[in-house]
Amino acid sequence: MKAFDYAAPTCEADVLELLSGEPGETEILAGGTDLVPLMKKMLATPDRVVNIMEVSSLRGVSADSQGVTIGATTTLDDLLAAPELDDYPAIKQAIEGISSMQLQAQGTIGGELCQRPRCWYFRNGYGLLADRGRLVAEGDSRYHAIFGNEGPAKFVHASRLAPALVALGAKLRIVGPTEDDEVALSIEEFFRTPRHESQREHVLSANQLLTHIILPPASGVANATYEVRHGEGPDYPLAAAAAAVRIDGGLVTGANIVLGHVAPTPWIALRAAESIFGWPINEQTARAAGEAAVADATPLKDNGYKVQLAAVAVERALLRAAGFETGGFE
Amino acid sequence: MQDHEHPQRPDSGFSRRAFLRGSGAAAAATALATGPGLADAAQNQNAQKTAVVSGKGTQQIKLTVNGKSHQVEVETRSTLLDVLRYQLDLTGAKPVSIDETSGACTVIVDGKPVSANTLLAVACVGKRIQTVESLGGERPDAVATAFVHNDAMQCGFCTPGFVVAVRAFLDKNPRATEAEIRKGLNGNICRCGTYANVIEAALEVVKGGKK
Amino acid sequence: MISYNWPKYGESSVIGKEHDRIDGLDKATGAAKYTYDINLEGMLFAKMLGSPHAHCRIKSIDTAAAEKMPGVRAVKTLKEPGNEIRWQGDALAVVAADTEAAAAAALEKIKVEYEMLDVFVDDQDLEAAEEAKRTNGAGEDIHVEMEPDPDVDEDEFNVMELERQFKEAAAVVEGHYGISVITHMCLEPHGSTCVWDGDKLIAYLSTQNVSGTAAQFATPLSITAGDVTVKCDFIGGGFGSKFAADAWGVTCAQLAKETGRPVKLMLDRDQELKVAGCRPSGFIKVRIGADKDGLVTCWDSTHWGTGGPKDNGGVNKGTIPYVMVPKNYRRKQIAVMTNTGEDRAWRAPNHPQACAMSQTALDDIAAKLGLDSYEVFLKNLDNATPKKLGQSMAETYREQMKIAAKLMDWQSKWHPHGKGQAKGDVVTGLGMALHTWGGGAANSNCLVKVHPDGAVEAYLGSQDLGTGTRTVIASVIAETFGLPLSAVKVNIGSSAYPVSNPSGGSITVGSVSESSRRASQEALEGIFDKVGKKLGVEVSSLEARDGRIRVKDDKDNSLSWQEACRLLGMNPLEVTGKYEPGKTKTTLSSSQVGGVQMAEVAVDRRTGVVKMKKFVAVQDMGLVINPKTAKSQMYGAVIMGIAYSLFEERIMDRKTGAFVNAELADYKLPRLGDIGEIIVEIYQPESEYERGVVGLGEPPVISPGAAISNAVCNALGVRVPVLPLTPKRVLDALKGGKA
Repeated sequence: MKAFDYAAPTCEADVLELLSGEPGETEILAGGTDLVPLMKKMLATPDRVVNIMEVSSLRGVSADSQGVTIGATTTLDDLLAAPELDDYPAIKQAIEGISSMQLQAQGTIGGELCQRPRCWYFRNGYGLLADRGRLVAEGDSRYHAIFGNEGPAKFVHASRLAPALVALGAKLRIVGPTEDDEVALSIEEFFRTPRHESQREHVLSANQLLTHIILPPASGVANATYEVRHGEGPDYPLAAAAAAVRIDGGLVTGANIVLGHVAPTPWIALRAAESIFGWPINEQTARAAGEAAVADATPLKDNGYKVQLAAVAVERALLRAAGFETGGFE
Repeated sequence: MQDHEHPQRPDSGFSRRAFLRGSGAAAAATALATGPGLADAAQNQNAQKTAVVSGKGTQQIKLTVNGKSHQVEVETRSTLLDVLRYQLDLTGAKPVSIDETSGACTVIVDGKPVSANTLLAVACVGKRIQTVESLGGERPDAVATAFVHNDAMQCGFCTPGFVVAVRAFLDKNPRATEAEIRKGLNGNICRCGTYANVIEAALEVVKGGKK
Repeated sequence: MISYNWPKYGESSVIGKEHDRIDGLDKATGAAKYTYDINLEGMLFAKMLGSPHAHCRIKSIDTAAAEKMPGVRAVKTLKEPGNEIRWQGDALAVVAADTEAAAAAALEKIKVEYEMLDVFVDDQDLEAAEEAKRTNGAGEDIHVEMEPDPDVDEDEFNVMELERQFKEAAAVVEGHYGISVITHMCLEPHGSTCVWDGDKLIAYLSTQNVSGTAAQFATPLSITAGDVTVKCDFIGGGFGSKFAADAWGVTCAQLAKETGRPVKLMLDRDQELKVAGCRPSGFIKVRIGADKDGLVTCWDSTHWGTGGPKDNGGVNKGTIPYVMVPKNYRRKQIAVMTNTGEDRAWRAPNHPQACAMSQTALDDIAAKLGLDSYEVFLKNLDNATPKKLGQSMAETYREQMKIAAKLMDWQSKWHPHGKGQAKGDVVTGLGMALHTWGGGAANSNCLVKVHPDGAVEAYLGSQDLGTGTRTVIASVIAETFGLPLSAVKVNIGSSAYPVSNPSGGSITVGSVSESSRRASQEALEGIFDKVGKKLGVEVSSLEARDGRIRVKDDKDNSLSWQEACRLLGMNPLEVTGKYEPGKTKTTLSSSQVGGVQMAEVAVDRRTGVVKMKKFVAVQDMGLVINPKTAKSQMYGAVIMGIAYSLFEERIMDRKTGAFVNAELADYKLPRLGDIGEIIVEIYQPESEYERGVVGLGEPPVISPGAAISNAVCNALGVRVPVLPLTPKRVLDALKGGKA
């Protein structure tokens, strides 16, 4: 680890004051489960680390008629226990998928959304867009992207909560150096595919802070997450999908279906949503939605199998959202 | 199974009724407006000042470990694991991976099981830190003795972390079933393969002691 | 002359009973001090810089900037300009500093210039390896049952005869199977803490070889082995990779000398995986022929694999085909030379791969003939080659198969390959495999001290790899003296103690049982002498039981252990028991075991995810000292088997030669929730007890690969050829693609 200055402010304003405008100069520390290992591997070398865990306004879950507001440093185990989130099984299922008690206790929702990719070329110091994408394309791409991989970015976004939050229509409260900088951003606009090494996988500037996640009410919205996981533990899924569906009179009247771990961002499967629209959810329609979700997949050399996994994840997320058995182990 | 009837696509303009538009990469292009730089913010007279601890040299901090307050000398980059092992000689928490993956350095901080190797020591000031050593001594914790009765150890390097994890898990789930144990204790790695015995040990504690 | 023997079957009071390990609480509460935990006054921390490139030549190394970094006390280069680097991570330089972080930060400042050389890491693709000239024929042989006429060329005859067997076979299967390179992943990484006392070195080393590593330090340091004490009270896993002092151990000692301070040098996780050994891969193309009952009559195989850059790496052809060797066979071994870290012994060297490459093919014969795999394995026991005490082990295997089948409920669960009932997308299947291993005792010396106050101590230059070595030794001595386990204090883990075996090859329990039984029996004779005189009875009439030395036929005529020991006078009684295989005649230990395992899996056909439902392991190991720790070894071996069958593999980037999954987060291992139900059964009829102790550590890790692969094949009706059986490989196999 490079030596760094450290501060633990207790209010948002102080956090913002301590953040530098230059990418990489300062890093925000929350649970530390990703940043600290990145610093150990010299993949993050900030001059200053700003610990936001002492800012009490950033923590906790509250609900009102407008929905649910979650502070960015709320830990995953607290979310799992929060009755305010009982209408959002897609979120709880995604957290349960991270089957490490320690990671759930220490990891925060904000950190979960901002964690860096698991791409092994990135983690081994070759860069996120290694050799303009050729290292992945010609190397070992078994866990890499099957969508959105035309450019140099071929990694998959690491967040496991993002598909659920995107499907549920979450907004993010983001603050910056001045009061005018405060915005409520639709979460799907938060993520982006970096075009060069200094860009992150989200649109936050170095001096901005994600403070809260705001969920619209989910009553009447059936929702679920399905992850295809190789095994238990904190290991990341091979592919995942979250579905949020409004069902009226047995027919789907609105659907958001979002794939995870298949693209450099959470991947909205519009054609899957279109395919299920106007139909009841059953084995056939769910399977058709899964097939529609992957119709335009562009797998790399080693990850053709992920196309099927993504389709199955969509199918099973829909079935699970509608209260059916998935046909798999769970 | 393959030749099911493909549902017809509704002819109404669906995409307008979907909650979302567009696909991830395309939709997320909007950059946020960035405000003035740090220098301007610093001039804001209302801003409260937070002490910045220098990364050069070491600092004296106080950590509360196993109920005792300790004065230790740390760098800002020292992890809690470094301090426990090298300053307090509490070597029960083990360095196995650079991150959370192994669970071998599990300690309980303010009642929660966390990894000492991903926590900065400076961030642990004022917190209650409990290590595996607090489960030993003259009257060892029931989890530790259950590990012994059920031989839930071989080389033993993962064992202290596992003992702490089981303690924390059972504190939260004192009546855990076998299925819950199999689901709940996946944060720890054992290479010798003691999992079957760990399950038995945890069940023994749930059932209230030695079989 | 003392007759060294075990108590009669059924008459032991300590051995054969379940005991908690005597150091268990120390391990469970963090009190046990491993090498990594040794903290000495003024200790420095050393870190190694590894080559980022897999194949290159060093042009220059500049350490000037690193030397100026805060907290740095010494910098040492380990390679010179001109040196060739043949795998990623090979050590170039080392820094000793006040803290680990300072040492790590200084490594970043070392400037190295490289000349890049061609990289080859792909061990699976034989054609690519041949094209890259990275193969070497490592042996070929052919055996047929028929003998040629005297005037016929034997080689030609053998080939023709083998082909004739294939023509006559009722079923022929041509298959491709394989098993990837895996690492040891010792949770305590390799390393040491070294400290000098004048010209004498104390090396706290994480080692499986306490007695054998002192000389490895001494020679490069130009001192004598007598000046080196190697200590290891607890070792956090070795699995065959920690027999040597290694370059990093010697370097640590040198840095300690140079700085005049204790130095700790433990490898980083990724470094350990790259440089400290791995298990060679094995890939095979095989043609196998059988008669209508599934008895294999002929075998023809070419197998290859890598053990790093060396030209003879891979699985020894002598182990192929595995255990059940048909009358006619040809086998060819090719080494693939790659820019990857060199292999080291890995729990049961050669056997897991040989089993996974052979008994999968056998199971495919069963599938082809539409037969129950159990019946085909049973039939092929006619070809079983392992022997114990000069007798074929076929009968042992038959008995073990019966027991395993009952525990698995094989008969009622069996369905022909691919013909099971699906529940949703999930299908289940059964598979089995069997194995053999030696496990005979090796050199061991045990010093037993009996003090006049009755205290008992034992000293051995042995170590506890996780076996429960201390508990085994205490059990044997307590048995001999008629004392409780707690009465014996066991000292191991120092090269200053009498020489004992390295812990490898499943020899530790046999070896230390030999020496500690001999030492304690001899010591007891000495005590019997005194007691006999005191009580006025023949020595031969005495026995040690329940804490007393007593007359066998007159049990009230006795002395307590303490009273008996007081007869020793002022000085403790000291006896060294010695065992040397080949030289010492023995009935205390023997060698060769069998073992049968069965797996039941569930496979999600649409995601390729495999889950363990149930696993049964039946294992003989001669006389069992402590069934509790023995069963733990079996559980552990099975779980390690599940690991390499379903999860772990070394993944190398073809272009750069980087070991891309060398952190624990990326190197997949099973978790507590992944193991399903495991049943371990010790096979110990009286005949097993009578043949004495045989080692156990390795054999149960051999069969899981084949058993699990066979179970997945039974579930799907399709062979997933290469282990580990990842979702990708399962789906690729179901699509008929390359796995």
